[in-house]
Amino acid sequence: MKADPKGVLTGSHYIDGDYAIAEGGLAAGCRFFAGYPITPSTETAERFAERIPYVGGVFIQMEDEIASIAALIGAVWGGKKVMTVTSGPGFSLMMENIGLACMMETPLVIANVQRGGPSTGLPTLTGQQDMMQAKWGSHGDYEIIALSPDSPQECFDLTIEAFNLSEIYRVPVFVMTDECVGHMHEKVVIPPAEEIEVVERKWYTGPKDKYLPYKLDKDGIPFMAKAGDGYRFHTTGLTHDERGYPVINAECQAETIPRLSDKIRDNADKIIMTEEDQIDSAEIVVISYGITSRVAIRAVQMARKAGMKIGTMRLKTVWPFPEKRIKQLAKKVKAFVVPEINYGQVVLEVERCASGKAATYHVPHLGGWVHDPNDILKVIKEAAK
Amino acid sequence: MKKEVRRETKSPMEGFLRMDRIPHIWCPGCGIGTVVTSFADALKKSKIDLDNVAVVSGIGCTGRVAGYVKLDSFHTTHGRAIPFATGLKLANPDLKVVVFSGDGDIFGIGGNHFIHAARRNMDITIVCVNNFNYAMTGGQVAATTPLDANASTAPYGNFEFPFSLPYLAEAAGATYVARWTALHLRRVTKSIQEALAKPGFSLIEVITPCVTLYARRNRLGDGLNLLRYYYDKTVIEHGADTRTLDISYQGKLVCGKFVDKERPTFLDAMDEHMIKILGDKYVRYGD
Repeated sequence: MKADPKGVLTGSHYIDGDYAIAEGGLAAGCRFFAGYPITPSTETAERFAERIPYVGGVFIQMEDEIASIAALIGAVWGGKKVMTVTSGPGFSLMMENIGLACMMETPLVIANVQRGGPSTGLPTLTGQQDMMQAKWGSHGDYEIIALSPDSPQECFDLTIEAFNLSEIYRVPVFVMTDECVGHMHEKVVIPPAEEIEVVERKWYTGPKDKYLPYKLDKDGIPFMAKAGDGYRFHTTGLTHDERGYPVINAECQAETIPRLSDKIRDNADKIIMTEEDQIDSAEIVVISYGITSRVAIRAVQMARKAGMKIGTMRLKTVWPFPEKRIKQLAKKVKAFVVPEINYGQVVLEVERCASGKAATYHVPHLGGWVHDPNDILKVIKEAAK
Repeated sequence: MKKEVRRETKSPMEGFLRMDRIPHIWCPGCGIGTVVTSFADALKKSKIDLDNVAVVSGIGCTGRVAGYVKLDSFHTTHGRAIPFATGLKLANPDLKVVVFSGDGDIFGIGGNHFIHAARRNMDITIVCVNNFNYAMTGGQVAATTPLDANASTAPYGNFEFPFSLPYLAEAAGATYVARWTALHLRRVTKSIQEALAKPGFSLIEVITPCVTLYARRNRLGDGLNLLRYYYDKTVIEHGADTRTLDISYQGKLVCGKFVDKERPTFLDAMDEHMIKILGDKYVRYGD
């Protein structure tokens, strides 16, 4: 269906990535935002707080990030589309309830404007150090979806995409941006509402006494109901059967838990978005995401000028990981070069997929600033030897 | 001999409980079930459409309440029932949202959420079953354990000062506060009824026997002995100053309705304020 025009601020705007995330959420139909202030993400919350009285909805500043995500999950079961924004320390605090959202199959969107860590780290400076936490941060086995925008425009576009994916697969979706993109001002074009596709929640409409909250539909995703609709259903963070009733044994665990991962794994091809350039003739492929992909372009240009055959792959979706494509490429190319603003995270996935068929080089940056393109070029040259 | 014909009549709780989940997990002598019965009774007497009532629980023995009531019900994470309920209420303001959980869940791990929801006057009703310890995990000391009482992680007796729940609730801004014991079934029912009818943040603390852990470890006898203690030591003092409501080990239990006042709820305050500031431009939630 099309976006509700009430939330869509159609036009050309000169705004930063954080604002664009708020606008993306409003355009996607988000009408409930619970958050806690944390640098460098606060502008998203501020923008939402400013805009929501004109749109119709609730902004609530909670007492901490644990409360924020708990309120989000509650609001989803009350029928709303919801989002919050945070950065490293707040993301850490949310982890337990991210697991609850996965277990209850609750669609919601969390934007993480990453900064340098660990701990308080570099509150005002950039990082890409939460990429593995996004994938593995809560306990137990589950899958989530994580997107990585490289510009304010993409903050807007991918936030809408995040909402749509969260509704289709009933999972938390993370918009993993960073301080640079979050605070970068660029032109953001917001199209008319009728040009924005939004996915409506798959509501159950059957007879009241027949609703089973976790009975799978043909696509493997159960129908949702909201509190107050008269279905009088139960849901829990405990391992549960299709009635949503707790069943504490290995059999139910074996039946329920793989499904939480498989609904993402089985649909990975549909979810994954990447952008490739000159990859067919490439000897070396530079794989990057977010702000780093914009810095890497410079290094790639310099290498190409020097006559090297360099392809690029930009991960708009980081999780699920595009392993099929990278396995394919590993058979053809000599090496992968992975610059990222951390001490080695997504590179480990590339290395796993390359599984020795192509060499994998990491270009770390510990955060606080983006790479010097020359550092990436140096590694490209080393990889080409 | 002619076989006796027994007509199984329906349980009076049938429409209220998920009968396919009974028997419940609570121990014989535990007080949680009686509080649930009072809650059912309160809903019945309030004549609220059960389709519009949602129960949110955290983790622990009382946390299991959400799993047994035949209402929209949510068994969430430890300590987070109140913020979950906050989101639920704000997403669907027509719902009556009741948080049903234990003292450890609401006042130990979840204490921060309690005071902030009270401060905002979030329109939710909290039924807190206080059994003086963390029962589900084996009788550990809690933020409510009376001084000198024994607990599995206070094997030489508790030396930490406990919270007085009504005092905390009033100080934080709750508009309705009552305390009873599991012996006071009708009074618990009446308080829940009053709290449901009252817009705003309400707390009903119900002191209940934990026979298996708290009572056994402190050699206080069985459920009947505990009810006898409640009977002997309860003093009903409506409107008592909440600063005087500390509970000492096997000391007197001051019960009653302590707070019942008016204050705009979060949503009322939001609407009123936004209309004042933005006038016609304000889009009321849900419009």
